[in-house]
Amino acid sequence: MLKFTKDHEWLRLDGDVAVVGITDHAQEQLGDLVFVDLPGVGVSFDQGATAAVVESVKAASDIYAPIAGEVTEVNEAVTAEPGLVNSDPTGQGWLFKMKIADRAQLDGLLDEAGYKALLAG
Amino acid sequence: MTETAPETAPETSGATSPAALARTPLDALHRRLGARMVPFAGYAMPVQYPAGILQEHLHTREKAGLFDVSHMGQLVLRAPSGKAEDAARALETLVPADIVSLAPGRQRYALLTDDAGGIRDDLMVSNQGDHLFVVVNAACKVADEAHLRDGLAGLCTVEPLADRALVALQGPRAEAALAALAPEVAAMRFMDARPVTILGAACLVSRSGYTGEDGYEISIPADRVEEICETLLNTPDVALIGLGARDSLRLEAGLCLYGSDLDTTTTPVEAALEWSIQKARRTGGARAGGFPGADVILRQLAEGATRRRVGLLPEGRAPVRAHTALYRDAEAGAPAGEVTSGGFGPSIGAPVAMGYVPVADAAVGTLLHADVRGRRLPVRVAAMPVVPNRYKRP
Repeated sequence: MLKFTKDHEWLRLDGDVAVVGITDHAQEQLGDLVFVDLPGVGVSFDQGATAAVVESVKAASDIYAPIAGEVTEVNEAVTAEPGLVNSDPTGQGWLFKMKIADRAQLDGLLDEAGYKALLAG
Repeated sequence: MTETAPETAPETSGATSPAALARTPLDALHRRLGARMVPFAGYAMPVQYPAGILQEHLHTREKAGLFDVSHMGQLVLRAPSGKAEDAARALETLVPADIVSLAPGRQRYALLTDDAGGIRDDLMVSNQGDHLFVVVNAACKVADEAHLRDGLAGLCTVEPLADRALVALQGPRAEAALAALAPEVAAMRFMDARPVTILGAACLVSRSGYTGEDGYEISIPADRVEEICETLLNTPDVALIGLGARDSLRLEAGLCLYGSDLDTTTTPVEAALEWSIQKARRTGGARAGGFPGADVILRQLAEGATRRRVGLLPEGRAPVRAHTALYRDAEAGAPAGEVTSGGFGPSIGAPVAMGYVPVADAAVGTLLHADVRGRRLPVRVAAMPVVPNRYKRP
């Protein structure tokens, strides 16, 4: 089950690790991605800190850490082929994994219904 | 997700409320074909269609792209004598280009300069026999019209072409697509500009554009443009292309975007646009000087400027965007220059940029460092265009 942020990131919980990516809506708004700048493994972020940057032909966009934690793994496949984020944003296009520092922060995230309501705005 | 570096064109930054946006005569067609509309120079303009910027860019280089550029200004300059040559003589008081020797049916790129030698706008001028036809940038058109009226008062009239759309058809299949409707356009050569009847509509066609490809710009009566565009779009080779791809195409072609690469703080010599100042207007020429900023510009033509616009190829994969500082050293020192346009070049599959650097650093191959999010990334000065242009030269 996915959790979402109002900044159009998603998280998939896997034990004490969260897999992070951007939503289908986000990739569609950004357009074809041509560059993905991922954080270093072992780097820790506060919730809301800029953790990655994705760039389309026309613009660069910050990706925020949806929760606090330490990066445990990054998806080298999207560095080599940024278009994976467009073609499969919640699957092969994941960006990085974080060790969850504070599980209470998960309660502040949106569920799928809440995210859909946000998009319907 | 927050956009940190919006599209390079400063024209997009104007805080115009959506309600106040003007619409081009092709607005309904754009929306019907699923365009994403954005504010640009006071107009609602298509930044991309469902195919996306990458595909639209590549389609233009491989086949033919159709662009709505109706937001640009179309002006007619007419002298009381009814001779284009007299309007040309008048216009030469405001531009450093040689307009007087421009033959009927020919077009030329020109610059409006200011008293300090800065660039007020860049424009296309064609000789239409009894008048000059001028196309100026959308964001500058109101100021340009007033400037031309003031500067040319008593010498020629300046009137915007009313109820006209402007489209560009660009790419290797452009000739076949337009010649199917008007066979005579096949014989036109780069920078020819003349009246052509298309589906019974009186149009003005020039063999030019701003993508580096062969193609045409077509001024069309507003009430006929949708029908003509739909007819062109019935050709499988022709697709509508948005402003996003227009920007990446012109960047690969080494062409300047006014407001980003050119403005009143840049001179024609700094901008590496010396080629737009023909011999007749230079020191020792038949009509040397006599345009705003001539003292500065003629001196720079003779002695050189201190900085120069250059092409830049980042060595990594990260795009280097407008306003990025350029350094000589990988770690220390003050900025030596600045990127004015930059992004990803779909045809080269790599980032591409242009910017201003000191002349000492302007040689092709010079290694510089661009500060991208706190890291200095290597970029090399590169010859422009990075994608060879394919104009149909006379």
